[in-house]
Amino acid sequence: MLLNQFLLLSAFLFCTGIYGVLVRKHAVLVLMSIELMLAAVNINLVAFGAFRNNAIGQVFALFVLTIAAAEVGVGLAIVLLIYRNLNSANLDDVETLKG
Amino acid sequence: MDWFLENAWLVPLIPAVSFVVILLVGKRMPRQGSEVGIAAVGTSFVLSCGAAIGWIRHLQHAEPGTSALGALGRSVGRLTAEGHEAPVEPVLRSVTWFQNGGVKLTAGIQIDGLAVVMMFMVTLVSLLVHIYSVEYMRGDRRFTYFFAALSLFTASMLLLVVADNTLQLLVGWELVGVCSFMLIGHWWEEKENSSAAIKAFLTTRTGDIGLMIGVITTFFIVQRATGEGSFNIIELNRAVSEPRIGHTIVLWCALALLLGIIGKSGQFPLHTWLPDAMAGPTPVSALIHAATMVVAGVYLGLRVYPVFFHGLSIGTPGHSWINWMAGVGGITVLVGASLAFVQDDIKKVLAYSTISQLGYMVMALGVGAWTAAVFHLFTHAFFKADLFLGAGSVSHSGAHHSFDMKTDMGGLKKYMPQTYRTFVIGSLALAGIFPLAGFWSKDEILVSAGHNGYKLFLVIGLVGAVLTAAYMTRCVYLTFHGEYRGAHDPHAVPHADEAEHDPADTPALVELDAHAHAPHESNGLLLGPLWVLSFFAVFAGFLNFPHWSRFALWVDPRYPTQFQEIISEVAFNPILAAISVLGALAGGGVAWAYYTGRVEALRDLTLRNGAARVGKRLLVNKYYLDYLYEDVIVAGIRGPVAQAVYWVNQHVIDNVLNYAGRGAQALGHLTYDYVDQKGVDGLVNGLGAATGESGGVVRRIQTGRLQFYALMLVGAVGVFALALWVFT
Amino acid sequence: MDHTWFDSWALTLVVFAPAVGAVITMLLPRDREDAIKGVTLASTLASLGFTIAVIARFDYDKTATLQFQVDKRWIDVINSRYHVGVDGISLPLLALSAFITVLCVVYSWNHFPEPHNPKAFLTLLLILEVGMNGTFVAQDLILFFIFFEIVLLPMFFMIGVWGGPNKEYASIKFFLFTLFGSALMLLSFLALYFKVDVAPDIPGMQHSFDMVLLSRAAGAGLVHSTQILIFAGLFLGFAIKVPMFPFHTWLPDAHTEAPTVGSVLLAAVLLKLGTYGFIRIALPMLPEAAKDWAPWIGLLAIIGIIYGALGCLAQTDMKRLIAFSSVAHMGFVMLGIASLTTFGINAAIFGMVAHGLITGMLFFLAGSVQHNYGTREMARLGGLLKQAPKMGWILAFCAMASLGLPGLAGFWGEFPAILSAFQPGGGLSEALFRTYMVIAAIGTVLAAGYLLWMLQKVAFGLPKPEFADKHIHDVTSYEWASWVPILLLIVALGIFPNIIFRVTDGAVQTLADNISSAIK
Repeated sequence: MLLNQFLLLSAFLFCTGIYGVLVRKHAVLVLMSIELMLAAVNINLVAFGAFRNNAIGQVFALFVLTIAAAEVGVGLAIVLLIYRNLNSANLDDVETLKG
Repeated sequence: MDWFLENAWLVPLIPAVSFVVILLVGKRMPRQGSEVGIAAVGTSFVLSCGAAIGWIRHLQHAEPGTSALGALGRSVGRLTAEGHEAPVEPVLRSVTWFQNGGVKLTAGIQIDGLAVVMMFMVTLVSLLVHIYSVEYMRGDRRFTYFFAALSLFTASMLLLVVADNTLQLLVGWELVGVCSFMLIGHWWEEKENSSAAIKAFLTTRTGDIGLMIGVITTFFIVQRATGEGSFNIIELNRAVSEPRIGHTIVLWCALALLLGIIGKSGQFPLHTWLPDAMAGPTPVSALIHAATMVVAGVYLGLRVYPVFFHGLSIGTPGHSWINWMAGVGGITVLVGASLAFVQDDIKKVLAYSTISQLGYMVMALGVGAWTAAVFHLFTHAFFKADLFLGAGSVSHSGAHHSFDMKTDMGGLKKYMPQTYRTFVIGSLALAGIFPLAGFWSKDEILVSAGHNGYKLFLVIGLVGAVLTAAYMTRCVYLTFHGEYRGAHDPHAVPHADEAEHDPADTPALVELDAHAHAPHESNGLLLGPLWVLSFFAVFAGFLNFPHWSRFALWVDPRYPTQFQEIISEVAFNPILAAISVLGALAGGGVAWAYYTGRVEALRDLTLRNGAARVGKRLLVNKYYLDYLYEDVIVAGIRGPVAQAVYWVNQHVIDNVLNYAGRGAQALGHLTYDYVDQKGVDGLVNGLGAATGESGGVVRRIQTGRLQFYALMLVGAVGVFALALWVFT
Repeated sequence: MDHTWFDSWALTLVVFAPAVGAVITMLLPRDREDAIKGVTLASTLASLGFTIAVIARFDYDKTATLQFQVDKRWIDVINSRYHVGVDGISLPLLALSAFITVLCVVYSWNHFPEPHNPKAFLTLLLILEVGMNGTFVAQDLILFFIFFEIVLLPMFFMIGVWGGPNKEYASIKFFLFTLFGSALMLLSFLALYFKVDVAPDIPGMQHSFDMVLLSRAAGAGLVHSTQILIFAGLFLGFAIKVPMFPFHTWLPDAHTEAPTVGSVLLAAVLLKLGTYGFIRIALPMLPEAAKDWAPWIGLLAIIGIIYGALGCLAQTDMKRLIAFSSVAHMGFVMLGIASLTTFGINAAIFGMVAHGLITGMLFFLAGSVQHNYGTREMARLGGLLKQAPKMGWILAFCAMASLGLPGLAGFWGEFPAILSAFQPGGGLSEALFRTYMVIAAIGTVLAAGYLLWMLQKVAFGLPKPEFADKHIHDVTSYEWASWVPILLLIVALGIFPNIIFRVTDGAVQTLADNISSAIK
């Protein structure tokens, strides 16, 4: 089994995700980019699990999927609220985290 | 033992009680307390007379060999065996006064001839002065208080007289000083009076430095002799003759006590307070500053005479021709007499005369004439009190309460014949004219001085006698002879109380007033005491008539001392007596000639002759001693010295403290500013500030933009990854 | 003497009766002034009453032994015990303290200085009394130190709150100066604890703060130089309190600014804490060092006598003059102590009591003069005898007593002290002490000078124009009530000095014997 291909794919996905998180202004796109990163992680987990003949990786991947779903749910809700309050889903307008 | 001698402690106690009574209830009594004082002193006088008689009987009954006074008695017995007089112990009683180191020190009485004579003299003069004061002080602002003070004075003086130890003597001595202070300053509204009182107190107190140290020394002299310290006078007098005491301590004791005598008895150079003390009422001058208190010093000399006798080597064979005591006395005789010439105030003449006579007494002690000193003390009290009270009578009735002979007196002889007579008797007695009291006592001093080998003091005594006669002549002349210089007419010199009356409205009152203020004879209350004193001034001298000398028999101490021989009766010397009387007459004659202006050669001598002028200026300025004491020493201490010390206190010592405080504060500030605020706190603050500032820096990172955070995150991961890569 | 319940509780009652009073006054509301005054008077009277009972039951044949002793566990860790007791040395001072406090309460009945507030004032007064009484009965160094320091605070507040215009400076100076001394004193106490071997024969009992044990040890086990150092600490602590030249400068300021009652207590009792400390602690515990220090103490004492007198002569303020006179008077006390003889120490104790009464009385008078005239400047005063004759005569009387007139109490503190210098104990130099004696005797003349001049300026003469028409209250009934006992005591002690000498002599003799045997 070739581990490398999976890892390269996951790295690519992850970088795409990071790029999306850092660059995209729309909150929904950022969320989607995060999902990409999580997907990259899942790929890694499953790949390493298969590689080591170990089920733990797949179990973890299942967990991550669940949490990612929840996270997206919460994230989307926040985005919705932001949009309602600021009339925008542009992340450049959201500075309330500034200390 | 005689009741009066046993209970002589009552003599001082009764006036002391009287003092308290007058103070508490005097003002509410019908005669404002004067009756209490007179009654008390009268009782004391009776008790003193009883004691005197008791003492004389005691002497007669004393048998050789019956003495039981321990070692004293034994040594007396030895002397008796050698053919001396019968031993007579003083009457002693004592109670515990205080204790120290388990040893009880006592207070008590020592009644012997000397004490009895003093008690008699003090109570008699005090009684007469009390009676005299009732009239003289009538209507005074503090009549009651005056009598209270007189009572206290009498009590203190008698306490001093009966004392059986030097400490008790010191107590009485200081108390009479305070009474003197109170009475000199009796009219304290005027500053001169209170200043005179303070001067008197401070001057005598300066002498008391000596007394205090002397008394302390007596304690240790006895301690050296017996192993146990004591102030007891008999033990002291016995101790000083013991060879193992050592001469030095006795000499110092004698000199210290002599300083006390100099202060109290107005001896040169501390005599200057006595003339100023005349600021007090005249009865006070008579009682305190002539008859009694000022002789306390002489009394001390008499009481502890062995200290002086041994300390100053008065009677030892081959002694020098002078000693401190005789020297001081001799100088005082001349200084006092010379200063009496230039006084215009009649009381000051008498005050200087007192100084001079006290000089005689001290000189007598110095030349070993113990009995003569007692005798002169005794006679002097009477004629000097007589003179003072006479001066008071003159002032009271003849001179509008002034004492200035030059401006307010003169020619009073015809207005006040009785006062004149008593005054002349007193003056003659003072001048030592045969056969009045002063003659006998002064003569005895002169004879003893000659006999004991002090020829210089014989000469000084003679000169003093001449001067005394001369200044008393001047005094009598200015007061009683010549023209009356006072205000005949009350309208000419309106007094405050007269100005209140309007002459037009009440002519009768004015006439009465004029009558009251024209010179007139005093009434019986003033004249009575004068005549009693004159009586004693005439006859007291006969008590020691040659070859009968009762007085010496009564007072001479019978306990054995080395000076027994020197004080025993000295033969009367008719030639010397004649010389002194003639000298006195000559002095009086010259003075009479000078002051009446009848002799051309003497008139205005002080204006024409340079030497006489300088001399007079010196005398008028009282040898500049007052200047030295008041303007240099006292003003120096009160002014610059005290100020300097206080300056040092405020600016040096206090500043040390203040600077210490300020230094501590400054150090505190330094610590606070640099160590605490900038150091310790700086560290903490620095941490805080660093946090804050770094926060400021970091804050800039916190843009609040999620993506920026994410970038940081990624960057950090990158850094970690790099680190991981580098370090592994 | 049968041992009764009272004997073991007497001193505790004497000391803490005022403390109970203080608690009650603190709880009472501020506007119930009469109740506060009543409680204060009652508790001080109770303290005085117990003191009188102690005096009555005291065994005068054994003045050298501690009586009414209580010795209970207190702080085990440092062997410090609640040990109290009186002997002939402390009894007169305890009586003085209890006596004067009552009179102060009576005097201040309607004499409260601004800012009024009787509650606080009287509470402080009561706390002060606890400290004063306690110091005189404490027989344990820690206990002594605590009482000694308790005194500081109430006095600090009395000066700082009810004082004159310069009160802040004066109160802080007083507090810091004395505290400075106390700190060194405490250091010496600790040194005594650790260095002195109180019971060589009992193992484990070596260190103690017990004053009786330490006095008995008399510096056993201490090297000479250590003794001298420890004594130096004690000396500073006590000398500042006395106060001796040159540590006296807090005194005139504190007195000048303090309210009348504060001045009275300061002069009458607080100064005695220092001299008492010398007699009770410094001399018996470190006799050898005392001998080495004595010439210097004597020197400072006589400097104080002359210096204090000269300082008085420069004063224009009556109260400040009286304050300065304390420096001179305490000089006599210290001279007596420095002589190390029975005469000297007896005189010192007598002098403390006499000075307490006389100077206390003078401060009362200064207070009343200030109250009447609104000033104490002597240049503005005059003719007190004319306007208030009774007060004037009392002033004259006190001036006489203060200058050491025989027949009044002051004499018996001065004369025997001077006498003691003639032949000092413990092999001290006679020549030196005789010089001191002469100088001290000169001091008595200066004392007469400043007191009489003060009297002349204040009492004699006529009133100055500015006060000529002013109505001056002569002595009021409260003043009579508080003054007459003092005046009577001054006379009684003057005529019958054995009232005190009989009490002190036995104890002092034992003390002097112990000192001289320790030196040899």
